[in-house]
Amino acid sequence: MKYIDEFRDNSLARALARNIAHLAEGRPEVTLMEVCGTHTVTVFKHGLKDLIPDNVTLLAGPGCPVCVTPTDYIDKAIAYARLEGVTVATFGDLFRVPGSSSSLEKERAKGGDIRIVYSPLDALRFAQENGNRKVIFLGVGFETTAPLVAVSIQEAGRRGIRNYLVFIAHKVMPPPMEALVSDGELRIDGFLCPGHVSTIIGWGAYRFLSQQYRIPCVVAGFEPLDVLEGIVMLLRQIRNGDSQVENQYRRAVREQGNPRALSIMKEVFEIADSEWRGLGIIAGSGLTLRERYRGYDAEANIEVEIEPASSHPGCICGNVLKGVKTPLDCSLFRRVCTPENPLGACMVSSEGTCAIYYKYSNRA
Amino acid sequence: MEPERILLAHGSGGKLSYDLIRELFLPPLHNPILATLADAAIFSRQGMRLAITTDSYVVDPIFFPGGDIGKLAIYGTINDLAMGGAKPLYLSIGFILEEGLPLEELRVLVNSIKEAAQQCGVDIIAGDTKVVPRGKGDKVFINTTGLGVVSEGVELSVDRICVGDRIIINGFIGEHGIAVMTQREGLEFDTPINSDAAPLWGLVSQMLDASQGLHLLRDPTRGGVATVLNEVVGGNDFGIHLEEEALPIGEGVMAACELLGLDPLYVANEGKLIAFCQPDEVDSILTAMKRDPYGREAKVIGEVVDAPAGKVIMKTRVGGTRLLDMLTGEQLPRIC
Repeated sequence: MKYIDEFRDNSLARALARNIAHLAEGRPEVTLMEVCGTHTVTVFKHGLKDLIPDNVTLLAGPGCPVCVTPTDYIDKAIAYARLEGVTVATFGDLFRVPGSSSSLEKERAKGGDIRIVYSPLDALRFAQENGNRKVIFLGVGFETTAPLVAVSIQEAGRRGIRNYLVFIAHKVMPPPMEALVSDGELRIDGFLCPGHVSTIIGWGAYRFLSQQYRIPCVVAGFEPLDVLEGIVMLLRQIRNGDSQVENQYRRAVREQGNPRALSIMKEVFEIADSEWRGLGIIAGSGLTLRERYRGYDAEANIEVEIEPASSHPGCICGNVLKGVKTPLDCSLFRRVCTPENPLGACMVSSEGTCAIYYKYSNRA
Repeated sequence: MEPERILLAHGSGGKLSYDLIRELFLPPLHNPILATLADAAIFSRQGMRLAITTDSYVVDPIFFPGGDIGKLAIYGTINDLAMGGAKPLYLSIGFILEEGLPLEELRVLVNSIKEAAQQCGVDIIAGDTKVVPRGKGDKVFINTTGLGVVSEGVELSVDRICVGDRIIINGFIGEHGIAVMTQREGLEFDTPINSDAAPLWGLVSQMLDASQGLHLLRDPTRGGVATVLNEVVGGNDFGIHLEEEALPIGEGVMAACELLGLDPLYVANEGKLIAFCQPDEVDSILTAMKRDPYGREAKVIGEVVDAPAGKVIMKTRVGGTRLLDMLTGEQLPRIC
């Protein structure tokens, strides 16, 4: 298939692997963080760790939107789903994430009206066709999904749809990367920057990381050859003592990103502090609806009470998301925490580090 | 503690379905024939080796590109018999109809059932109809039970699998699941993807005629190829090695899966079989398969290995390896 076969070519992959081995040879341990969960999927799904020498460690970062969403958000979504006359619409990943005592999947089995949609516009259409129900869309995700949700809100205004609401927990990308490097708990020698997010925000958005923190950054695509080439580029910077932002994903990412999407986001949302599972509250890392769009804000318009959130005491999702632990360090992993009985969010999403280790890795 | 409930994922054909069968159904209903958990139960009576199987069909939508629920109800049960090496003889059929179903749709389905049964050379010799109030069912649910006969000498079971056995598939994977999903979700592609729904007894009988070295047949329906292979290795002292490069995946299915974040190895098939056979019989079996319209694309996709036991490992195109686990939960479309 075009644009797939070229990026999974065996002989090119072997050539890149040789290049990586050459650049890493004789070096002390190098730690590279792939920020985005989809990169982690690529690494495991294609077995890329087999092609990388032992002194290069790839660390999964906080780039799985479902995983970094705190438990009380899930609890609140569940509380909405229990209300009479309310339909909760969500992207599929969130469906099985455990809250404190239930999940959206379990609520649906109990009779809650919960629908998995591919786009917030599908939820909007459902709201339009079912005027007697309040439809709450769960706005989770990074800059990749936020513009779509913004469009759905504008569209609701344009069509005069009053029963469409959004429950926003959108997050934005560069701040948690800065939090990780300034935290000092973890030594990161280079960032493989998220490709999809970068199509929106542009590769220029990471420049402060390379300038202020002297961290090499490479924006990479999601095919195996993209990731391997991204690693080559990072290792080359490290060897040369460089720190700059390079763009491996030239076929999709520009320096300025997507100005139209950015302007729609800016029109509907404003930057706010936001809580990340494992990382705590990070200043300026989230989005909330601007005042003039509050009519679409589920939290501002429908009140629900939730108990203080609790999660499984042994769960180390937070540390996995920070990159200081791997799923193999968790006493629950594979024994009691499995994709069919997940105790933490990282075991649920297909982008979650624990789910990826469980599904693809033979090493555990 | 909240009472446990049935989740949709219990019906996905993956690990939850497997656990439900093993833990809830099997212990109280246990008997040696049921315990084989084969696609068809095989037993002897008065010198005859008979096979019986039953399956219920609840697909939404009831009409989809390349088939409908009626055809599926015939082919699916025929295929379960065929996987046991049984020549299908008779079928029974039960309908659960939802109040309000247009009679014309039912007529179309019954006609489709007639054609499918004729194509398979079986008669439907018993039936039942129930109607449930609107909203208590979803248009049409169909159950079919199939009776077949197994020839002397035909022995297909996991016990016959040996290290070194080759694994063959008869064509492109994932088409049924993607056809149904795209129709259900209203997703449109330039080239529509048709379900692969097809009756496989003709193909199987040619394979059985061509070789004594056929060890096991399985149809990778719900849960897809990966789940079926995991069921085969589960608890056994051998593993499976697959070659990603060898997997037949059509361009349309590939594109749809890439877009939706699905893995074609976990997507349902309704006209595919996976055969385990001894290595020196591969050529004769492939030759026989290619003579059948549903076996033209047959090819070897992997082999049985001694280690790691109980696991399915795939060599990826770029040269790495990965574990192929059972499907866990429903395959869900993801955020980004």
